[in-house]
Amino acid sequence: MGGAHGHQLHFHAHSPLHRAPAHLKLVALLVFMITVVATPREWFPVYGGYLALLIAVIAISQVPPTYLLKRMVVEVPFVVFALLLPFVAHGPRTDVLGLSVSESGLLGAWGLLAKGTLGVLASLTLAATTEPQALLAGLQRLRMPALLVQIMGFMIRYLEVVTDELRRMRIARESRGFSGRDVRQWPVLAKTLGALFIRSFERGERVHLAMLSRGYTGEMPR
Amino acid sequence: MTPVLEVRGLAFAYPDGHQALAGVDLHVHQGERVALLGPNGAGKTTLVLHLNGILVAGAGSVTISGLPVAKEHLPEIRRRVGIVFQDPDDQLFMGTVRADVAFGPANLGLKGAALEARVMSALDLVGMADFADRPPHHLSFGQRRRVAMATVLAMEPEILVLDEPSSNLDPASRRELADILRSLDVTVLMVTHDLPYAFELCPRSVVLSDGHVVADGTTYDVLTDDDLMRAHRLELPFGFDPRAIGNLPG
Repeated sequence: MGGAHGHQLHFHAHSPLHRAPAHLKLVALLVFMITVVATPREWFPVYGGYLALLIAVIAISQVPPTYLLKRMVVEVPFVVFALLLPFVAHGPRTDVLGLSVSESGLLGAWGLLAKGTLGVLASLTLAATTEPQALLAGLQRLRMPALLVQIMGFMIRYLEVVTDELRRMRIARESRGFSGRDVRQWPVLAKTLGALFIRSFERGERVHLAMLSRGYTGEMPR
Repeated sequence: MTPVLEVRGLAFAYPDGHQALAGVDLHVHQGERVALLGPNGAGKTTLVLHLNGILVAGAGSVTISGLPVAKEHLPEIRRRVGIVFQDPDDQLFMGTVRADVAFGPANLGLKGAALEARVMSALDLVGMADFADRPPHHLSFGQRRRVAMATVLAMEPEILVLDEPSSNLDPASRRELADILRSLDVTVLMVTHDLPYAFELCPRSVVLSDGHVVADGTTYDVLTDDDLMRAHRLELPFGFDPRAIGNLPG
């Protein structure tokens, strides 16, 4: 055990946003996202409005902005893709800072970045203000199929167990002088993942045995 | 009196042909605490998985308080036999301790206040009532093992089967668990390599080796039978001498 208590995305506080029922927050997030995605990307001022709204919500939530910003690194792959767009897209070209870029690509990149960033920030705010268990309960109240909620519950439950297992395997590897920097060593990393898969699979079997032993018949009790 | 657990001529071979059990006979009576000892690969876990019908006997029979372990009785058998597995992470799969302990009794059809009362009394038995709303993965290993025990106790089993209960516990957690086990009014079958623990808790021991029961007697007699111990790869830890402690009263 050890390590951080609480899930890594959750920020402990007692704001009105933390207290709001999870299903309301989920619906609000969904409505916000759909609205953002449906907004034409040429309506630049409207995006400013969205951002202002989000910032206001974050202020109410008492979650420090740096806490959210650090976790926004998940967006990096999209940012890279968005930055490439103006260079690879076709159509009329224009000059930006002395570089010739595609106009439609530039607009596309803006749309991707704006919508993506708003979405990631809003989702992170939800995650920071809602315990994973409350989220699951919220999904259940929103009539999400029970089987899916169960699977998500197991995922949350075992995510830490599996990452901990991965961490121990890495330490054991490095203790025997392994370093993953050399490309020729990468097959070892692939084998580690294979081993992790098999271990997780076997754990799944053992969990199932333990469930059967307590009278599980295929349906979660209510 | 009908024994709580009666195993007769139990034999089992895995699909790869390995004969894990070759005619096991075992009786456990109500209120007994019995240690099941044996080297690695002796068939202990295979035997345990037969007790609640996870594995089905190739030959022979298992009866729990007179009820044969057979497909049509499985729900009742699994209520009567409570198995606590070695790795608590396998047993605790719900989001909170409370939900985990409720899982078994809820499968038995308990609801509402009765379910809640059952959960809290089981958590009380293992001293974990204050942790009911915590996620299991935030507990220490010893606490998780105790919760795993509560998940089974909540089903009010007639026999509690423990697979290596003392493994990976620090000495204090190990002692706390022993105190809990002694305080329970339930029949116990304890699979273990921890011979001092068996000596401390179980007046009777059964030795399984190569799929056979090779000894069945008081734990003192088993642990002090040097030839038997040597023949079945059982060794007392350094410095531990049952003779110096004497035959503990049950």
